[in-house]
Amino acid sequence: MNEKTTNEMAPPIEMNGVDVAAMQDPACILFKNIHWTVAQGEFWVVGAPQHSGKSDFLMTTAGLIPPAAGSYKFYGNETRIFDESRLADRLRMGFVFEHAELFHYLTVAENVALPLRYHSNLKAEEAAEVIDPLLEITHLKPIADVKPANLPGNWHKRAGLARALSLQPDILLADNPLGALDARHSCWWLQFLDSLSKGHKWLREKPLTIMVTTDDFRPWRGHGRKFALLKDNSFVVIGSWSEVVSAKEPLVRELLATPVEENIEP
Amino acid sequence: MQGDLSKVLRLEKLWLRRAPLPKTYTDFLGRKLFAFLLTAQGIGAFGLITLGVIVRKFNAASNVIHPMVRREISRAGTRLLPMFFFVAIVLGFLVIGQTMAVAARLGAINYIGTIMVTVVVRELGPLLVAVLTLARVGAANVIELGTSRALGEVEALEASGIDPVHYLVAPRVLGMTLGVFSLTVYLILAALASGYLFIFLQSVPLTPTAYCSEIAGSLTWLDFVLLALKTCAFGFFIGIVTCYHGLAQPLRLEDVSRVAVRAVSQGIIVCVLIDALFFLISLGA
Repeated sequence: MNEKTTNEMAPPIEMNGVDVAAMQDPACILFKNIHWTVAQGEFWVVGAPQHSGKSDFLMTTAGLIPPAAGSYKFYGNETRIFDESRLADRLRMGFVFEHAELFHYLTVAENVALPLRYHSNLKAEEAAEVIDPLLEITHLKPIADVKPANLPGNWHKRAGLARALSLQPDILLADNPLGALDARHSCWWLQFLDSLSKGHKWLREKPLTIMVTTDDFRPWRGHGRKFALLKDNSFVVIGSWSEVVSAKEPLVRELLATPVEENIEP
Repeated sequence: MQGDLSKVLRLEKLWLRRAPLPKTYTDFLGRKLFAFLLTAQGIGAFGLITLGVIVRKFNAASNVIHPMVRREISRAGTRLLPMFFFVAIVLGFLVIGQTMAVAARLGAINYIGTIMVTVVVRELGPLLVAVLTLARVGAANVIELGTSRALGEVEALEASGIDPVHYLVAPRVLGMTLGVFSLTVYLILAALASGYLFIFLQSVPLTPTAYCSEIAGSLTWLDFVLLALKTCAFGFFIGIVTCYHGLAQPLRLEDVSRVAVRAVSQGIIVCVLIDALFFLISLGA
């Protein structure tokens, strides 16, 4: 594996004037002139309506799509996209897709173990030993040998999270993690992300820097510590939860499912 | 919603940019020619990238990739053996059956071995194996990879720092190359044997020794070299064409069947072109 090329004192992610392009069509610019700095250990919640380009934004943040313009720095190192020479840096980021995108021909345990097996060149049984505690933590152990097609969507996402955590990343990006989850699973996700943010034993107690996107701010009350909005082709930092609930911005009210004239208790 | 509306407008602009030209004969031909050249360029580039990855990362993640290569060899080789033995027996019977009548009339029974080498070893055997493997395994490749692509699994690989060419393409291309080569050897041997079985059943006065020595006499070292190169080229390019169509462009689930049909037809064209190229080489040698 390549060596890290980053400055640990610098913020994990720093965007200056970044334009985000659509993955399907790089000529189509979705968000312009983004200025955003994510400090170590922060927990960001970025809101936007459905089909507005949240996934493309997050994939650009993860270095999967190059920024169409502007400067993107990962731990102080100018980055366009994580090519092979920056593999060690890429592996510091875990990414959870909105629909999990599990490999349909592998079981849950094989899905979770694949990044570890590939990058550490482990045999299946060697990887299983390492991955076992992660499956326990995420309650995936009873369904470890099941293929994704035989699982409900709730568990797909959880397996996607376990896969993203398998390499013990420093940063976690989750694309609409609560979308289409039932209340029980939503509750588990919020509590688990909190524990990751504070420092989980799987991550050697190191606080994880987390960025999630959402189309509904309400469940993130008391969980996300910083909020932002993707609106009209731009990125707007809102601030803390109290600033979210006091915002007059109509789109923020929509994401809180609240009429504009009604106030919400912070 | 404003966001939704602006996206629709953007999509509309995209649609306008990709609007079809007026359907005149020259536009149609020009568009087809450009499409052909772009596809040829894409397949060529994809082939070179894959070759580079196979060479550079041959031993990388060997505990993950090597079992996948073995699985692909089994899928494109071992598991197809019963079908190919059946085809080989029928092929041997047909070639010998068709030529026997003519050869007997012309008093050229002793040339049956030469005819078998010319038809089965040099031309029909390798091409038949390539086309059958393309239909049986190549089409499955496109569908599997196209589905993976449409379901976002390729992006998931990239997000995990796994090279999709190394993980998805290299094992398939290696498996297909070795599979086509081995199947061709088995098919040729089985067709030659079944050809003699037909001769034996027809009570033609040709001993096994005479048949074998005639076949051996008709073969040159160049036949072996060209056969090995040609079958490896068939397997490699079938793998490349099918993986290219399944993987190298963003797909939706509804595109997968269309892409599979296109990949199989282009695969056949590529095989025929490779065959023609090797024919020209053998003429020049």
